[in-house]
Amino acid sequence: MVGAACALYAARTGLDVRVVDRGPVAGGTTGAGEGNLLVSDKEPGPELELALLSARLWAELAGELGASVEYEPKGGVVVASTSGTLDALTDFAAGQRAAGVTAEPVDAAGLRELEPHLAPGMAGGVRYPQDAQVMPALAAAHLIRASGARLHTGRTVTGVLRAADGAVLGVRTDQGDIHAPAVVNAAGTWGGDLAALAGAHLPVLPRRGFVLVTEPLPRMVRHKVYAADYVADVASDSAGLRTSPVVEGTAAGPVLIGATRERVGFDRSLSLRAVRALAAGAIGLFPFLERVSALRTYAGFRPYLPDHLPAIGPDPRVPGLYHACGHEGAGIGLATGTGRLVAQALTGKTPDLDLGPFRPERFEATAPPGTNGDNNR
Amino acid sequence: MTERPHLAVVGAGPAGLAGALAAAARGVRVTLVDAAEQAGGQFYRQPAAALGARRPQALHHQWRTWERLRDGLERHVDAGRVTHLTDHHVWCVEGESGAFAVHALRGPAQEEGVTVRADAVLLATGGYERVLPFPGWTLPGVVTAGGAQAMLKGGLVLPGRTAVVAGTGPLLLPVATGLAAAGARVAALVESADPKALVRRAPVLAAQPGKLAEGAWYSGQLVRHGVRVLPRHTVVEAHGADRLEAVTVAGLDRDGRLRPGTARRIPCDTLAVGHGMLPHTDLAETLGCTLSGTDVRVDGEQRTDVPGVWAAGETTGIGGAALALAEGHIAGRSVAARLHGTTPDPRRWATASRSRTRLREFFAALDAVYTPPADWADRITDDTVVCRCEEVTAEQVRTAVDTLGAGDVRTVKLLTRAGMGWCQGRICGPAVAGLTGCPFTPGRRPFARPVPLGVLAALPEQETD
Repeated sequence: MVGAACALYAARTGLDVRVVDRGPVAGGTTGAGEGNLLVSDKEPGPELELALLSARLWAELAGELGASVEYEPKGGVVVASTSGTLDALTDFAAGQRAAGVTAEPVDAAGLRELEPHLAPGMAGGVRYPQDAQVMPALAAAHLIRASGARLHTGRTVTGVLRAADGAVLGVRTDQGDIHAPAVVNAAGTWGGDLAALAGAHLPVLPRRGFVLVTEPLPRMVRHKVYAADYVADVASDSAGLRTSPVVEGTAAGPVLIGATRERVGFDRSLSLRAVRALAAGAIGLFPFLERVSALRTYAGFRPYLPDHLPAIGPDPRVPGLYHACGHEGAGIGLATGTGRLVAQALTGKTPDLDLGPFRPERFEATAPPGTNGDNNR
Repeated sequence: MTERPHLAVVGAGPAGLAGALAAAARGVRVTLVDAAEQAGGQFYRQPAAALGARRPQALHHQWRTWERLRDGLERHVDAGRVTHLTDHHVWCVEGESGAFAVHALRGPAQEEGVTVRADAVLLATGGYERVLPFPGWTLPGVVTAGGAQAMLKGGLVLPGRTAVVAGTGPLLLPVATGLAAAGARVAALVESADPKALVRRAPVLAAQPGKLAEGAWYSGQLVRHGVRVLPRHTVVEAHGADRLEAVTVAGLDRDGRLRPGTARRIPCDTLAVGHGMLPHTDLAETLGCTLSGTDVRVDGEQRTDVPGVWAAGETTGIGGAALALAEGHIAGRSVAARLHGTTPDPRRWATASRSRTRLREFFAALDAVYTPPADWADRITDDTVVCRCEEVTAEQVRTAVDTLGAGDVRTVKLLTRAGMGWCQGRICGPAVAGLTGCPFTPGRRPFARPVPLGVLAALPEQETD
């Protein structure tokens, strides 16, 4: 998704763009995503600014691409079950409002009006009208098509071509070289491997998430609804299982329930422990779900960096290499803003946001020996 | 409580029954978990008792074999060696060597969760029909060949009055003769392959006198009932306003392409279509067993590459009931030896092993002959619905491939929703693969069937985390 957005905005600045992927379109984390475009879960700071920029751009694109990406500005509702969490949530929302987020406090009666099937006894919540939804695989495919970029799927990048002075000359693939003065690393969870091909250290790691998908239902869940402890989870540094259900209906009918957060490497095998927690959490929010069937579950791997911010922009260690990866669970939502910023960097324009917090070389001090410098593998 | 090792067998068809009996006879406690109300699986499907069928054996071959299995099961159940759980629908098997949990749903609405713990698992989950769509295939009156046969065996209901049986494969013969014997007029048996090609594989056939006799018997029945056989023909379209009224069939050339000018219309109210079977591999896949093509890979003892997991019958490759019996028997003996900590001696099951080798060769030969015609996917018109659950047309799939860059089934699914519905692509999988232009591969389905969220939420805590 991030690569598709980079292709779109770069092409619109007049650049000749090629998209190379070892798999199909949306074959990695995008295809396993729920399509959350969230501002509600972000605390004030650079990620929230990127989310707000991205939300504006998504709304623009939705006008252009129409229903084909299933954009739905349905809004989010964060609920608190106790008055204690409600106080914390209300404070959190106040901070977000100061940063430009629309966040409307909702009392218990208001919650029932917004979500009639919500479990009784909730203390209250906050409504976030800027939260929205797309179907991520469709979004990636349609953004690439709209970009007019040449698409090379099933083609694996095996090296980054560099001049004697270290500048990027293009990529080597299993099906020949592609020459270009600039290479954008939008390899998501595998972005660290691609950076390493250029000799740059970028510690992107996978964080597994399971999503549960129910049978199709008439619209029973109107917003993206989740419990307040989700906000705490996103910034969590815990390696263990963290579950707080985000429950939402979709245009196609099924209810999506996600997502767990575990650091277990690239292990795709089913964890019934994880889906049990998802199911229990979802039923806690919406009791009617108890008798609704889950048709499937699947895992995806969020790409995260140690400080939970993405790497966006030029890599000063490798002239011509740009990064656009490490968005963790927010890559769909943050894709448009990222694409815009990368396109601005590629064409030497002043970026809409300060790229300082997203500097790809910021982990240099933590680099293990031998993973940076001129190692060309 | 007993100290005997415990085997869970999933599926009570020929393979599961043979495995359960062989293991139970050798000191293994067996729990046989099956979705049906009675043992027998698809092959020995039994008429519901309430229907009071007087001669159910008239619908079955090898009735003696079935009686032996049935009586054996009864003896072991009475002796407490086998627990037979009927109407238990397994949705997931989890575990590692020596500690498995078989999760099932029970009851008519399948809303109650049940977990069986075992030291080893034998997967005998059988197969399901390969469905290839064509214009008109969703009309009422069009059924799968296996569906027609199941109706005959289980419900004793005649699906219609004038039937056409079409597709490819050896299953079409018993379906046609079964329908005819039950009183339907079978207007034609339309077989896209050229069964004469089997003659070229004579050495393999000669080793199978039983199968030859069976084929000859069916051919005799076709003649007796006056069924017209159209080899190297295919159904091009099914016609009807609200339900099936006729089919158009046409001849195929040697390359499987339509022969111009051969189309003809045959009035009928029932069309039974079959294109062979595919193995059920969901449980094995989720356990981490390696597949070989569409089949669960097993060794000479019917062991998968996951320690403690055996597989037998159609799930390891389509080959019919006799092969399933041989594989199940070998699996059961291997389980018994391994669970008792000994290495089994394959010479003890030499007879079953020989019959397994012969039958696998025979079905490999059949497989090579009975393949769907070359251009079947191209003949699906754009407006034909290929995924019935999500109502996705052939045109939508073609658009995803041609203009959105989808080159594989998973991406087509993500971009069109084909295969995301209730059946999870079991029906449309081969069709979508054909339209996408890639070989069919089994989908990944962690849940082998839909599971109520309440059942998931109430799953027992694992002992080891």
